[in-house]
Amino acid sequence: MAPAIELIGITKRFPGVIANDNINLTVAEGEIHAICGENGAGKSTLMKILYGMQPADEGVMRVFGEEVTFSSPNDAIERGIGMVHQHLMLADQMSVIENVILGSEPTKRGVIDFDAAKAHLAEVGRAYGLTVDPDDYIDTLEIGERQRVEIIKVLYRGAKILILDEPTAVLVPQEVEELFNNLRELKQDGATIIFIDHKLQEVLEISDSITVIRRGKTVATVAASEVTAGDLAELMVGEELPSPETGASTVTTDVALAVTDLTVRDDDGRAIVDNVSLQVHRGEILGVAGIEGNGQSELINAIVGTYAAETGSIEMAGRDIGSASVRERREGGLGYVPQDRHREGLLLDAPLWENAALGHQTAAPYSKGFWVDRPGSRSQTQQIREEFDVRTPNVDVSARALSGGNQQKLIIGREMTAEPAVLIAAHPTRGIDVGAQADVWNQIRQARANGLATLLISADLDELIGLSDTIVVMYHGRLVATLDPAEIDPRTLGSYMTGAALKGDA
Amino acid sequence: MTNPLVRRIGLALAAPALAAVFAVVVSAIVLELSGSNSIDTFGTILSNGFQLETFVDTLNRATPLFLAGVAAAIGFRMNLFNIGVEGQYILAAFAAAVVGAELNRFALPGFLHTLAIVATAMFVGAVWAGLSGLLKVTRGINEVISTIMLNFVATGGIVAALLPKVITDPTAPNQGTETIAERAWLPDLNGVAEVVTREIGRGRELTGVFLIAVVVAIAYHVGVNRTVFGFDLRSSGMNPFAAFAGGVQPKKMVFLSMVLSGVVAGLVGMPEILSDNHAYDQGFVQGLGFGGIAIALLGRNSALGMTFAALLFGFLDSSSAVLQVQASASAEIVRIMQATFLLAAVVAFEFVNRIRQRDEVARASAATETPNGPTPSIEGASA
Repeated sequence: MAPAIELIGITKRFPGVIANDNINLTVAEGEIHAICGENGAGKSTLMKILYGMQPADEGVMRVFGEEVTFSSPNDAIERGIGMVHQHLMLADQMSVIENVILGSEPTKRGVIDFDAAKAHLAEVGRAYGLTVDPDDYIDTLEIGERQRVEIIKVLYRGAKILILDEPTAVLVPQEVEELFNNLRELKQDGATIIFIDHKLQEVLEISDSITVIRRGKTVATVAASEVTAGDLAELMVGEELPSPETGASTVTTDVALAVTDLTVRDDDGRAIVDNVSLQVHRGEILGVAGIEGNGQSELINAIVGTYAAETGSIEMAGRDIGSASVRERREGGLGYVPQDRHREGLLLDAPLWENAALGHQTAAPYSKGFWVDRPGSRSQTQQIREEFDVRTPNVDVSARALSGGNQQKLIIGREMTAEPAVLIAAHPTRGIDVGAQADVWNQIRQARANGLATLLISADLDELIGLSDTIVVMYHGRLVATLDPAEIDPRTLGSYMTGAALKGDA
Repeated sequence: MTNPLVRRIGLALAAPALAAVFAVVVSAIVLELSGSNSIDTFGTILSNGFQLETFVDTLNRATPLFLAGVAAAIGFRMNLFNIGVEGQYILAAFAAAVVGAELNRFALPGFLHTLAIVATAMFVGAVWAGLSGLLKVTRGINEVISTIMLNFVATGGIVAALLPKVITDPTAPNQGTETIAERAWLPDLNGVAEVVTREIGRGRELTGVFLIAVVVAIAYHVGVNRTVFGFDLRSSGMNPFAAFAGGVQPKKMVFLSMVLSGVVAGLVGMPEILSDNHAYDQGFVQGLGFGGIAIALLGRNSALGMTFAALLFGFLDSSSAVLQVQASASAEIVRIMQATFLLAAVVAFEFVNRIRQRDEVARASAATETPNGPTPSIEGASA
């Protein structure tokens, strides 16, 4: 029997970047196949190609043995491929049935035939064991139910192959359980499911086989029954990277950053950071390990001041900054390397020298009192360019023109040259090439030797283990373990991150 | 590729040039279709344009348009769409005219009288725009909606309700507030202009507000480009998340930029109050606020760009008056030219912008290929 999906040598290039490099993937009919990889590994690009949202530059796609080329999602739908996006695409003010038929409404004499639609919906629901009330309004449904509507919507259109893009990201644990039950039922009824995720425990639980993608390449396809979370973590992160060794300890006893009993709630009132306390000393790098979505982003947002904490205190060099504005914190010596440089780190359309000033625009050499100091900003940026090896024709090009690695070096450079007392570095080497990565590690190490206190958050376990003096593990909003990086390998760390080590069954 | 500098300058000029050609062609077609001679009509516009009096008229018309453009641009720089310049300037001018008339009864030096009028206008404009800013910051109400609504409240509500109460002469053909005493009028600038030109024909006085507009232009340019506040403003407009992480308080910036936008909007009605009519009456000039939005779009929110845009629109408005007198073609052809020019320019700007971005990426990646440097490799481009 021909596999449901077969991708051979899929390659996709963006200017200066190879997002997918000779990807091979075979998904058998009727299985749940997980695609694993870090953010930026190329999973989403691959799925967009498979769903016809972007054309591949090279490679062959076969669906049920037939070679296909998709120029739009409609072509993919016609071949029986459906996608459930991470961010649900439903009209809140419309009913379930209206959402399901949206875009392919059955009509009778020019009028929407709701009876036929409902009959078909019920049929689909029966066939796959999914139940929804077609007359419920979307905004009255829980997130998990909304997701079920999305799945039904795809099945309603005759999809035999479902792509689910990080479906658990928005769900609470009970909803995840329910989703998994639904998926198992779908599989029993003959559907093929491609499941994108980076939560290893979930992947192991639900899938039959797993393909790991790293840096745009397929690393391996393994049977879920034959691997552990630790194996997967190793495959995802890889081992051929230059090792980010820190060298001799420079940790002092001066507390530079102290977070005490910090609790942050999300919009739904859930404690997304739950009573967290930590201390970072001068000359210390404190690594925070955790699978994404366990509260790390909210923790740093609360420390930087872009998200209000509910309770708890934050002290920098003995000063309470809990109620200070972002600017006061930055001026007080808080450096910040955001996790998403395009969203929080850069003004893409502004020249480099203005980007270098961002976050430091109230201080010399970027400004003199009320006025922007243009010559000062330019020469400072020029210095960053030389010292941090930012490859650019000059400091007047817009940040958009630089490659990701050079953008990141610019950000690291502007934070380091401002000589912060505390640095919050979130995924400082995410999505940049190996050379730039080594540069960034060097800079962080050097600053550490000079007494910088760094709070490091990373999904790259080698980076965490190699750079950190101490590692704390964040799980469901709480710090659940404090580990010595000298005595731990990625596999063990991975089992702490998934909570497996905590239950004692790693 | 040709010399990169030449190419960049060429690109900068290409957009407005293309838009102008397009606007002329479209209007020529409309003229011919409506039975007028397009060559004659353009000839009339041009020959009129070379007269000194037309130039003065153009400056007079460009002055309030430019001010309205700056008012809109302050918001645009922050991605705030202040549609309310219209209501802000009309309400401000009305309040200024009332205050100006009241002050007739007091013995004050002329400059204080003038100052009080201008300050009132700026203050009322600021309050009216600030109201939308406040609604956005505290209640999350979209400024487009609140400013449009407040336009109606200002013009159809407050001014329409209060104007009858301040009318002094119910028999006058054009009823309005009492004329402001002459001591508060701004002197015209003909004397200054005539230093370099011949004598300007009677009935054409260059408004003193022109000088205020020059000051606003400089303040706007310097404020936006050279001050920390301007940097905060622009960075919030370009990327509010990055600006926030960089210490810019988004709510404060929204409120402040709306207030500043309103301050400048308050000045838009000043030529009428201080130079022209010296009163607010039923025939008070309307529509400048919306004109200002066009000026800001066309001038790409830059002081220099908006100066050219305001001069162009002012000139075309002035031509419209001439066409009306000569009756060789419909005066509305000018509106068509303005609209097609604006539309074409916005499209052309975007087009040129893309070419420019592509050029820049090419140059930057050329710089990456330094002899010792590796070529850029795989990256997380899952976006």
